[in-house]
Amino acid sequence: MTTSGGAAVKSAPWKDPSARPYVQVDRVTKAFGDFKAVDDVSLKIYKGEIFCLLGASGCGKTTLLRMLGGFETPTSGKIFIDGEDMTGVPPYERPVNMMFQSYALFPHMNVEENVAFGLKQDRIPKAEIKERVATMLDLVKLGDFAKRKPHQLSGGQRQRVALARSLVKRPKLLLLDEPLGALDKKLREHTQFELISLQDKLGVTFVVVTHDQEEAMTLASRIGVMNHGEIVQAGTPSEIYEFPSSKFVADFVGSVNMFEGKLIEDEPEHVRIASDDMGGTIYVSHGISAPPEAIVWAAVRPEKIFMSTAQPAGTDNVVRGAVQDIAYLGDLSIYLVKLPTGKVVRVTQPNTSRHAEAITWDQQVYLSWDATSPVVVTR
Amino acid sequence: MNYKSSYFIITCLAFGFAFLYIPILSMVVFSFNASKLVTVWDSAHSPTLKWYYALLGNDEILDAAWISLKVAVINASGSVILGTLAGFGLARFSQFRGRFTLNAMTTAPLVMPEVITGLSLLLLFVALEQLIGWPAGRGITTMTIGHMTFSMAYVTVIVNSRLATFDTALEEAAMDLGARPLKVFFVITMPIIFPAILSGWLLAFTLSWDDLVISSFTSGPGSSTLPMVVFSKVRLGVSPEINVLATITITVVTLMIVGVSLWMARRAKLDKAAD
Ligand SMILES: Nc1ncnc2c1ncn2[C@@H]1O[C@H](COP(=O)(O)OP(=O)(O)OP(=O)(O)O)[C@@H](O)[C@H]1O
Ligand SMILES: [Mg+2]
Repeated sequence: MTTSGGAAVKSAPWKDPSARPYVQVDRVTKAFGDFKAVDDVSLKIYKGEIFCLLGASGCGKTTLLRMLGGFETPTSGKIFIDGEDMTGVPPYERPVNMMFQSYALFPHMNVEENVAFGLKQDRIPKAEIKERVATMLDLVKLGDFAKRKPHQLSGGQRQRVALARSLVKRPKLLLLDEPLGALDKKLREHTQFELISLQDKLGVTFVVVTHDQEEAMTLASRIGVMNHGEIVQAGTPSEIYEFPSSKFVADFVGSVNMFEGKLIEDEPEHVRIASDDMGGTIYVSHGISAPPEAIVWAAVRPEKIFMSTAQPAGTDNVVRGAVQDIAYLGDLSIYLVKLPTGKVVRVTQPNTSRHAEAITWDQQVYLSWDATSPVVVTR
Repeated sequence: MNYKSSYFIITCLAFGFAFLYIPILSMVVFSFNASKLVTVWDSAHSPTLKWYYALLGNDEILDAAWISLKVAVINASGSVILGTLAGFGLARFSQFRGRFTLNAMTTAPLVMPEVITGLSLLLLFVALEQLIGWPAGRGITTMTIGHMTFSMAYVTVIVNSRLATFDTALEEAAMDLGARPLKVFFVITMPIIFPAILSGWLLAFTLSWDDLVISSFTSGPGSSTLPMVVFSKVRLGVSPEINVLATITITVVTLMIVGVSLWMARRAKLDKAAD
């Protein structure tokens, strides 16, 4: 799990209230009949960002992207690109290119012709088209496939043609709908870094749709987490991971152990939560804003839990359980520990030492975490 | 599949195909018959190309064939243009109110008895001639218009159903890359649905080529089509020349079907990739 954003935005324009957003989505709703696919979404995306829209299948990511591209008209709300109101501006007049989820390669044209299509529409001289297409195909490592038709390519190769086709016009804003879905893990990681360096070179602003949270973490300068048509949280990858604003975000981004409990102590510098779920108390070293006795959830990431056979000191943030299952993943191991309350807690430990204190199935262990580790969410 | 049932299936097939092709085959054989009587095989002088030469000298039939060919080609081309436009319109404007009614209306000519279509066209042409002086009399023009009214409906249905499985993302991608809608239609949509348009053309051509009823209603003096001539000749007794004509038609049609099928098979691969 990577927790640092990989994108090129070193400054943080979203923190500067005077910065001008490149894309501004202003209270946009898209309804299909009674069903709201996108529900009152507002977003500001700045020049040079890689903004990832992350969410489960059917949450409205593609619909939002299609509105940016001009293929759907918002039911209400406005979209501004580079300060211009995009209402009524057709796709062929927007400074935007899109890579479609289905690639949408033209089946009757070969790879070269597909990539050249956009340049031909701009009446660019033949020699320049040829050169730019060749450069682009080299970039996506398809130089040898220029004369093939799309149906003679593998899924990953098609995806790269689609990528090349959307990049070749050097748009100011590039919309990518699940750009790397069909690639194998190695090639995907490779392409992710290619995208980032490309973005560095060309200065394009990217909006990338994905349902792979690891991909979002690697690529994004910021992530917008979507659920049921709404943006539930937008922030840098580490903000999203370390400070999720809701149960949904905590759960969706990375895995997490969620303990439901009641607020029994609510001070500005700390809170204490009594959790039946955990069968103990949770002490958190930061204040939260919630009414006293409120039902809250404390989210603890699996890698932030210590596991030991000896009992740690203190009574807060400690719980005992039995190891139910172990999964060895090479670089780390996942332990599922069953608490007396019946709840199963997920713990990950790096396999740093070959001869680590061997914890095995059915062993009784103590789980504990620092007071800074839990994030308390109220919804 | 066991042994017996496969024999059974072969027998079924044999009977089915025999039923379809024996009449045609007998026609082909009799086109080489020397006898003037179509039903008597003159084994002394057969086979012969005598009737083939006779046909070449028969101006009535050749003229009619030429008229039929002209009407069929113009009809097929016109129907393809109109039918493609209509099919595209029906398929694309999904919010279109009354789409269901329009769909039903395009298919109505397919089920309408030809006699009624023919009669209504005749009445229309006569009324128009009296009102605005056009069309002046009936002939190739009126016949072609008549054929187009129903051929176009077939093309519309074919194009419409092809577009139902067409990935609209292709059109969107082209627009995204800067092509205007009209250009998208000609550069992306049309080349991809071309096989459907071609089938539409061939179907419209065939419908027109062997149409008798509507032609009879809408033709005028001196514009008899081949089916009309054949039909009137057959009433006086079948001449061996008709066999020759049929044989030639069958040969041409077979060659066309084989050619188009081969071409379509190659295209099918592309379509698979597109969908
Ligand atoms: N043209 C349409 N008519 C009606 N409903 C639609 C239409 N397009 C999308 N929807 C609905 O809107 C919702 C959001 O769709 P969308 O394609 O944006 O999802 P997504 O987040 O991109 O999902 P995935 O990850 O599976 O691609 C879905 O429930 C979908 O059924
Ligand atoms: Mg999608």
